[in-house]
This record gives sequence, C-alpha cells and structure tokens, in this order.
Amino acid sequence: MDQDRRTFLGQTGKLLVLTASAAIAWEHVLAGRPEDAPNYRSTDHWWGMSIDIEKCIGCGTCVRACKTENDVPREEFMFRTWVERYVVDPADRDHPQVDSRNGGYDGFHEREVLDPNLKMFFVPKLCNHCTHSPCVQVCPVGATFESPDGVVLVDTAYCLGCRYCVQACPYGCRFIDPRTETVDKCTLCYHRITRGLTTACSETCPTGTRVLADLKDPKDPIHAFLREHMVQVLKPQMATGSRVFYNGLDGSVR
Amino acid sequence: MAGLFAVGITAFVVLRWLMVPADFGALGHYRASALTDNMDRPLVFAGQAACVECHADVAEVRAKGRHARVSCESCHGALAVHASNPAGVKPVRPDPRRTCIVCHTASISKPTSFPQVVPAAHAPEGSCAACHVVHNPKIS
Repeated sequence: MDQDRRTFLGQTGKLLVLTASAAIAWEHVLAGRPEDAPNYRSTDHWWGMSIDIEKCIGCGTCVRACKTENDVPREEFMFRTWVERYVVDPADRDHPQVDSRNGGYDGFHEREVLDPNLKMFFVPKLCNHCTHSPCVQVCPVGATFESPDGVVLVDTAYCLGCRYCVQACPYGCRFIDPRTETVDKCTLCYHRITRGLTTACSETCPTGTRVLADLKDPKDPIHAFLREHMVQVLKPQMATGSRVFYNGLDGSVR
Repeated sequence: MAGLFAVGITAFVVLRWLMVPADFGALGHYRASALTDNMDRPLVFAGQAACVECHADVAEVRAKGRHARVSCESCHGALAVHASNPAGVKPVRPDPRRTCIVCHTASISKPTSFPQVVPAAHAPEGSCAACHVVHNPKIS
C-alpha cells in the first residue's frame, strides 16, 4: 500500500478517536437506561460515623433504637451499640470509673452526689468499622469482611460461631446471638444506608451526637466536622483505621 | 497409582465445587451475596423523610423551635409499619411526661448547656404538654 507518513498518522488518529468514542458509547448502551441501573453503588461510598461527646446526654435512645431496628436480643451484654458513663478523677486519670448498666438501654440514673471535682461524661460506642479490622483478619472461613463501601459485615449464613472474632475485636463490639449461635455486631444499619436512610441510632439521637458520615461524599458534613474539631478515634495505638470519629474524647477513655 | 491420583484430584475438584459457594471470592474473601443478605432486611424506623411526606404541618411547627433537629421517631418510636400502612396502623401517642423526662431529667453527667429539670420538683404530677408545646417547646 502506498501511503505517506501524514496520511498514516491521520488515519490512525481517526481510528483511535472513533474506537474510543464507540467504546464509551457502547458502555452507556450496556449500562441501560438510568432508571434500570441499581440505585446503590458500593464503590461510591465510604461510611463512618462522627460522635460529639460534648452533646451526648446519655438518654439511651440510640441503644433502644438499635435493638428495635436490628432485632438484637433484649438481654444484658448483647449490644450493637451501647453508652458508657465515665467518672474521671482528674488527679487519677488512669483509673476512670465506667458504668454502663444494661448498656444504657434504660438511661442512666443519677449518681449520689460525688466530689464536685470529678469529671463525668457519656461515651456512645459501636463497631468502629475499622479499615484494617482485627476481627476480619482472624475469621477462619471468611464469614466477616470489609464491604467495598467500608462497612464490616457478618455473613450469618456462613459463620461457624467459633468466637475468634469476638476475642479479636479490641473494642468489644461483637457478641454471639444465642438464637442462632452466630456472631452479631453493628452493620451500620447496612439495610438502611443502602436505601438512602441514616442509621437507626443517628435517626433517633435527639441531640445530634451521632451522625452517619459518607467520607466519599464531598458535600457530607463530616469533612467540616473533621476540620473544625479536635477529633480522636478509640485506641489509635492499635492502628485499626477506625472510622468512628469522636469530638471531645477524653484521654481516659479506652 | 495414576488412577488413584486422578480419582483423588477429581474428588477434590468436585467436593470443592460443591462446598464453596459460587460467588465466594468475587469481591474478596467472602460470599458476595452476603452484601445483599445484609441489605435485604426490613426497615423498622421509617426515617424523617417518610414522616414529613404526610405530616409537613407538624414538621413546620417543629422546625421553628428548639426541637428542630429532633427526629419524629426519637419520641414517637419506630413507625415504618405506620408509614407503609398509614390507615391501618395508628401510632400510640407518646406519654407527655415520661417521653420528655427521658432526655430532660437533670443529671450532673449531662452537658450543662442541655436544658434539664428535676422531675420530682418540676410540676411533679402534671403533663409537660400542659405548659409546653411539645413540638416547639419554649424556654422562658
């Protein structure tokens, strides 16, 4: 074929551009109409939660809402989320008194008047949805995992109930459901957040202490929260990549 | 010997195919359909948007007051059953005293900026709603 360099380059260029645009067009054809596409894409989200300790009043509404929403056994020591009350003597910060009767389900009763120098505050806790979860690493069968949108979930159909993960979680967020003998934990209300709702605890929190956060959404208020507050995670020394961010977390909290 | 080997390998492949779920490993070291299992659970709390859809008038009153950011289901309880069947399932009206003192009981553990009362000393027998508009409480 008799062809000079100019026409060869021109034709190759046209071919490349046309192929690329055809490929993009074909992708759109394959994707179908927008209304046919699933309205939740796990790769578009990266979930977490912000907790403002300065706002928490220890009413326990989140604990009750969580048990209602997720059908958690109404028994002590079985919680997907719970609230702890810390009583800290500023002179002895290493030995805080922590009470969490029934996980705060019934609220907190007033303590007898103590030394006015004591510091008291509430700490709501839940699964920290760690980026590098110790519980996921120890599961021998792959029944617990980090979802593509950053939520640590349990496959109850696959769980053996071996309890390794219960021991591995540094935050004590897992328990064995006596009805199924499988592990249970906070799913960050995965059935709600994938439908565009917030978690049951965030929904019902009357003071706005707990707020579900989507770290991949540039418009999410979490970015302002992280920027404007002195934020800490629980047990940062364990390098779990926790995504439950606390504002006003006292150093005595563990 | 080779036959035994072949049988062994075939048995292994067949057993593995039978025992490992088809979608295991599609997204990571787990069953991909466990994601949809977790998604497919029923709602119990309907969510703020569902409430406001019908009760926009109450939402408007609430938006003007101190309870603006308290969601309906904080006090009224989980009402997805009512949202999906408004005529059939009627919610119970929250107790106009017990509901309030869940949050507003005085405690030295609470942040001082939060409005608190000692229920035994603050109109002990009365209903809070007798003096306060619950959806838009005034603090005087």
